[in-house]
Amino acid sequence: MVKMQESNTAIQAMDVSFFYGPNQALFNISLDVAPKRVTALIGPSGCGKSTFLRCLNRMNDIIPKTRLTGKVLINGQDIYDAKENIVDLRKQVGMVFQKSNPFPKSIFDNVAYGPRIHKLHDRKRLAEIVEKSLRRAALWDEVKDRLGENAMGLSGGQQQRLCIARALAVDPQILLMDEPASALDPKSTTHIEDLIGELRQDYTIVIVTHNMQQAARVSDTTAFFYEGRLIELGRTKRIFTKPKEKQTEDYITGRFG
Amino acid sequence: MSGNLSQKLSYQLLRLITYGIVLCIGYILFDVIRHGLPVINWDFLTSFPRRSGSEGGILPAIVGTFYLTVGTIMVALPLGIGCAIYLAEYAEQNRFSELVRLAIITLAGVPSIVYGLFGLGLFVIFCRFGTSILAGSLTLACMVLPIIIVTSEEALRAVPRGFREASLALGATKWQTIRTNVLPYSISGMITGSILAIGRAAGETAPILLTVAAFFLPKLPGSVFDQVMALPYHLYILATQHPETEKVLPLQYGTALVLLMLVLGMNIGAIVIRIYFRKKYKW
Amino acid sequence: MRTDNFMRILLVATASISVLIVALIFLFLGKEAMPFAFEPGIGKLFDSGWVPVSFQEERFGIYPLVAGSSLVTVLAMLISIPLSVVGAIYISEVAQPMEREILKPFIEILASIPSVVLGFFGLLVLAPLVKDVFGLNSGLNALTASLLLALMALPTIITISEDALASVPQSFKQASLALGASELQTIFKVTVPAALPGIMAAIMLGIGRVIGETMAVLMVSGNSAIISFFPLDPIRTMTATIAAEMGEVPFGSHHYQALFWIGLILLFVTFLLNAFSRIILKKYGMAQ
Repeated sequence: MVKMQESNTAIQAMDVSFFYGPNQALFNISLDVAPKRVTALIGPSGCGKSTFLRCLNRMNDIIPKTRLTGKVLINGQDIYDAKENIVDLRKQVGMVFQKSNPFPKSIFDNVAYGPRIHKLHDRKRLAEIVEKSLRRAALWDEVKDRLGENAMGLSGGQQQRLCIARALAVDPQILLMDEPASALDPKSTTHIEDLIGELRQDYTIVIVTHNMQQAARVSDTTAFFYEGRLIELGRTKRIFTKPKEKQTEDYITGRFG
Repeated sequence: MSGNLSQKLSYQLLRLITYGIVLCIGYILFDVIRHGLPVINWDFLTSFPRRSGSEGGILPAIVGTFYLTVGTIMVALPLGIGCAIYLAEYAEQNRFSELVRLAIITLAGVPSIVYGLFGLGLFVIFCRFGTSILAGSLTLACMVLPIIIVTSEEALRAVPRGFREASLALGATKWQTIRTNVLPYSISGMITGSILAIGRAAGETAPILLTVAAFFLPKLPGSVFDQVMALPYHLYILATQHPETEKVLPLQYGTALVLLMLVLGMNIGAIVIRIYFRKKYKW
Repeated sequence: MRTDNFMRILLVATASISVLIVALIFLFLGKEAMPFAFEPGIGKLFDSGWVPVSFQEERFGIYPLVAGSSLVTVLAMLISIPLSVVGAIYISEVAQPMEREILKPFIEILASIPSVVLGFFGLLVLAPLVKDVFGLNSGLNALTASLLLALMALPTIITISEDALASVPQSFKQASLALGASELQTIFKVTVPAALPGIMAAIMLGIGRVIGETMAVLMVSGNSAIISFFPLDPIRTMTATIAAEMGEVPFGSHHYQALFWIGLILLFVTFLLNAFSRIILKKYGMAQ
């Protein structure tokens, strides 16, 4: 079992390479993520930032014929170690997807889904967890009177916050977000960004975004990926004002997309 | 414009041929219904044939077909759905999954009379089930297996990938994910497939010809090792083997209509369920 | 995790059963047929006479049966292919959306009508019609059987061809229209050629259906095991022979074994047709 331990790295990727069949998608990525900080992964599409994110909770395992070399340590434990329990890992590392994907169940059942599959069936406890998670996701006030309604009836922004609440309900320490606002309107995007600002107090957040303003607004640290390689990593403010690498500069000044 | 005119004429020709086909189908249905309907009454459906099928009803054939389809679906449904789940959720692109797919395609194309020979060789003779409900149901189950697999796999694939990913990301195991977040949303497609399979099993004659069907039985079957009468076989016998085929024409039409209603009812039911669930689940 | 592994193994085992069934079909047909190859010898099958019950000399030549199957298949396809391809084109390219939603399931209904009911209809309606039109003594002949079989192949060919036509990218059609071609020209010069592999596969599956069809041909083909290529002669197909004779044949006799040989031949032919059409569909990306 992985024990929570206070240290200055929540996630440590060491020399991670990743392959889709014969094609290498990531090249020797080494990167440390500080606890209770927001780390943004930026870069043009196809640069490997999403692939890297999905390495952090072994989501890529479900794609056939993929392979990873190197190590990913979470709280000092190698998550790709054969002894490591993937279910415990994913309980610790929550994920929010690009396209909001609520289940076609009631709002309550969506949030309670995680606790239930982890064998919690006590109604009162479930209700508490659901309320707490929805409050944390800043959705409670909007849905508290209609928890029994189908989640598919919510607006896009609400659905995405519901997905965040659903991820929070299993009480993770780390939250992975894969372009969580890319399909949303500007107002909902602001909502999500504010929420990320709140959540950073308690969670380690890694967010993939193609929106540089968003990265600049929400993150403490920024990592720039290009063609499967980690080009530059540093404090967000520094990356956006004084990038060291030419490619980073070209990207953030909009010279390529 | 002459180009426009020739296009219009061609379209009319295409339409004429298409509706000609529709008309043929319509006429078949109309003919059977017109002659069959006056024959069908409570007595026809619930009494035994009398005077070697020259009079009376078709109760044993209805009961036999019912037993056969129930037996078929009990065998084919778990196998078919299991195979579909494997193909849709577990199978990787490898030799084994290719082999399974080839097997399903092959099963779908095997002529029904060949299933009959197979059932005779394996179930009737080798397994010593004799000509029996058991042998017939197993034979029919092999025949309808691909129908259930293909429709169920389609239904599973229609469930968005996001449902699976979100569930896995919450720490659910693969099977938990399938059970709680994939199967509930594909159940309609599986029901559709099963109904189509039942319809097919109920209407087939050739596979049961050699494995279960009896010309005439004075009483209803008592165990799975008994022979039964069946609607399609009964119709075949009345129409071709009966000494007075002209005289029993109304009985033939009645039997044909009952069989047709059964099979079409199944198919229409499947369509309705598909539409209903498609409206209910939109994502 | 334990449940998970258990389910995986269970599902793989279930999936293996379909492979097992195919293997068993080949095995058991072969098992029952095989003794014939030693006594009286496989050469007996290649003969022009099918006289399985005789006081003088039993003959197990499958030529008349192959000829019967071939004749009705060719005739049925000659009738069915043009009609069904036209039907598919109309439904996919010309019909209004509403019209399409009604036509498709209606034609699929035809596929679900039991073949014994179609045979019954053929016996009572089609055969007398053929008899009157051609002034024959009996309407039970190859032509009547072919008409019924053509009807049965229609839904198979229409449905799959329609899928193939519908999957031709819209951009092809738009490109053609933008060049000033009329809708009709676009259909026949762009859409149909692009969908041709799918239509070919549909036709092969239709042929498979026709060759394997049993009850309808048994009821209307006239059941005469003679070699004839004249449509108004009564004939007998391979499938009908098995259905008609297997019931009365002594178990394990040469006749019994010969019937299993016919089954094996049918199995191989339909297997090849299916495999080919699958290869075509797969090559052109029309099947997963």
